[in-house]
Amino acid sequence: MRPRNFWPWVALGALLVFNLVFTQGFARLEFREGRLFGTLVDIFQNGAPVMLLAVGMTLVIALGGIDLSVGSVMALSGAVAALLMTEHAQPVPLAVAGALAVALGAGALNGVLVTHGGIQPIIVTLVMLVMGRGVAQTLTHDQKVRFEVPAFEFIGNGTVAGLPFPVLLVAAVALTVGLLLRNTATGLYLEAMGSNPRAARLSGLRVHVIQILAFMASGLCAGLAGLIAAADIKEADVANAGLYLELDAILAVVLGGTSLTGGRANLVGSLIGATFIQTLTTMLQMRGVITEHTLIIKALVALSVCFMQTPAFERWTRRLRSAEAA
Amino acid sequence: MNFLRKHVTVLAGALVYVLLYALASVRYDGFFSLPVFINFLSNNAVLGIVAVGMTFVILSGGIDLSVGAVMSFSSVLIGVLIMEHGWSVPAAIAASLVCGVTLGALMGAIIHTTGIKPFIVTLAGMFFVRGLAFLIHLESIGISQASHTALAMARVGPLPLTAVLFLGFVAVGWYVAVFTPFGRNVYALGGGEEAALLMGLPVRRTRIAVYAVSGFCASFAGAALTFYLSSGSHLEGVGMELDAIATVVIGGTLLAGGVGSVFGTLVGVLMLGLILTSITTYEGMMSSGLTRVAIGAMLLAFVLLQKVLTRRVAGVGRAT
Repeated sequence: MRPRNFWPWVALGALLVFNLVFTQGFARLEFREGRLFGTLVDIFQNGAPVMLLAVGMTLVIALGGIDLSVGSVMALSGAVAALLMTEHAQPVPLAVAGALAVALGAGALNGVLVTHGGIQPIIVTLVMLVMGRGVAQTLTHDQKVRFEVPAFEFIGNGTVAGLPFPVLLVAAVALTVGLLLRNTATGLYLEAMGSNPRAARLSGLRVHVIQILAFMASGLCAGLAGLIAAADIKEADVANAGLYLELDAILAVVLGGTSLTGGRANLVGSLIGATFIQTLTTMLQMRGVITEHTLIIKALVALSVCFMQTPAFERWTRRLRSAEAA
Repeated sequence: MNFLRKHVTVLAGALVYVLLYALASVRYDGFFSLPVFINFLSNNAVLGIVAVGMTFVILSGGIDLSVGAVMSFSSVLIGVLIMEHGWSVPAAIAASLVCGVTLGALMGAIIHTTGIKPFIVTLAGMFFVRGLAFLIHLESIGISQASHTALAMARVGPLPLTAVLFLGFVAVGWYVAVFTPFGRNVYALGGGEEAALLMGLPVRRTRIAVYAVSGFCASFAGAALTFYLSSGSHLEGVGMELDAIATVVIGGTLLAGGVGSVFGTLVGVLMLGLILTSITTYEGMMSSGLTRVAIGAMLLAFVLLQKVLTRRVAGVGRAT
């Protein structure tokens, strides 16, 4: 019996050890101006948006759905926050609240269309992927919206107790969701619903409510990620914010060992998966691999990690071992 | 009634298409004319060819996210072979088709032997192939060669070559799906893998072939793209996989597999063409943001409408 998340931990551990030994300057950590600096910190800081998306995506995938719209919702939330602060001169808390409300609304719409419209999640969120960015582009008239609001920029690059704020935000969100999953019935409902919706409904679960809430949670996570992305570069770039991040988020969840068919919510695994992706990206950048070529390596590594979690791999290693014994 | 029940999703799609076309014709002058219709075909031929391959994958119960990348890769490869290595056009296209089929078959083999979800394998495939395309050439590449240009300008009657190719793919795809053992195997596999296995159908061979077919179609679409753009482009296939899935689904093919048809995909492509043309050309909506919103809204309206029509004919009990 292997411990939970065995292969994801092994993969991440191997990658970290490899880098600590072979990548120049990877291990350096220093404390400057009351803040921790170093590659390891950067990995968590830059990986924060994908980690947030992965948390929401875990919930949606656990109930057998998928959310392709998270990248667009990121763009939308960044745009709403930027416009509220610049064009409408609203204070930061209101801008943040407005942006998150819109993201929550997008998630709710996804959920309602899936449950009451009876359309497959992949189609509903595909529509939202197309429309969400479209709405963002319309709101900003296809322009980037720049802003200079230190209080807001704090979300992207502020520091609390020496640690970057986005990292703490991820930790807070993951902890909240983790506690909800483990210490309340939420996790049980979610997984029951994912493994057999019909049985869940017949045993009295309010399947619709659970489903809508999961999509709302995913929307909210995407909204937070959008705020970080915008605050980090001091502008809302609707054309590029969150582009293709839905794929990274799905990959993170799958690397973490969650099956796409639903019925399991493995939050820690997803976080390991997201960290793994970001570590790999950072490592390739530090080693001077051209960004376009890193795609090949990312693909091969992702496939290998997925392969290690399959029964086929199990059979293969068993055969190897018995061949050695003979 | 049996015929109706069997083809209800496609018929619903065709019906909605006719309704929308009629609406648009009433609203816009000159919309109901042959040149406009031909434009739907030729402007969306590349997407259509990709979608024909995607139809087979989805019918078999799988999904292929790598098609856009394979298409870009193949267009760049053709560009490089013609412009930098002096290959002839047919040789370059043949080489790209070999690559497309190999990549597809490889993904199919991985899916079958490891049991990793198609969604993930082809997602990784998308990254991999996009990386490969950058490996052979870092930038998009213009193609200017006499025989290539001649083919790009060629017309059959009123139809440009790419539109003819698209219709050819639909015809052959429809024939293969309906009248060949391979087609039956694909439907059976999508209907239930275990049942297909127990019936003694060649599940492994069928699954690998399905992804090879998709790779073939995607790389052929890449060739068609070079005729359409006169260049091999890295950018053109971005997001193509989602468009292709959308067209297949609009055409009434169930994402769960086993139900649908290539003819429906033709309807889906025409549908997208209708929506795009009426919004951008006739409604004069130049803002790309509003265009996206309109496309999304119509896609949603269409899926919902199809749902209602399907339910009415087939009865509520069906798990669609």
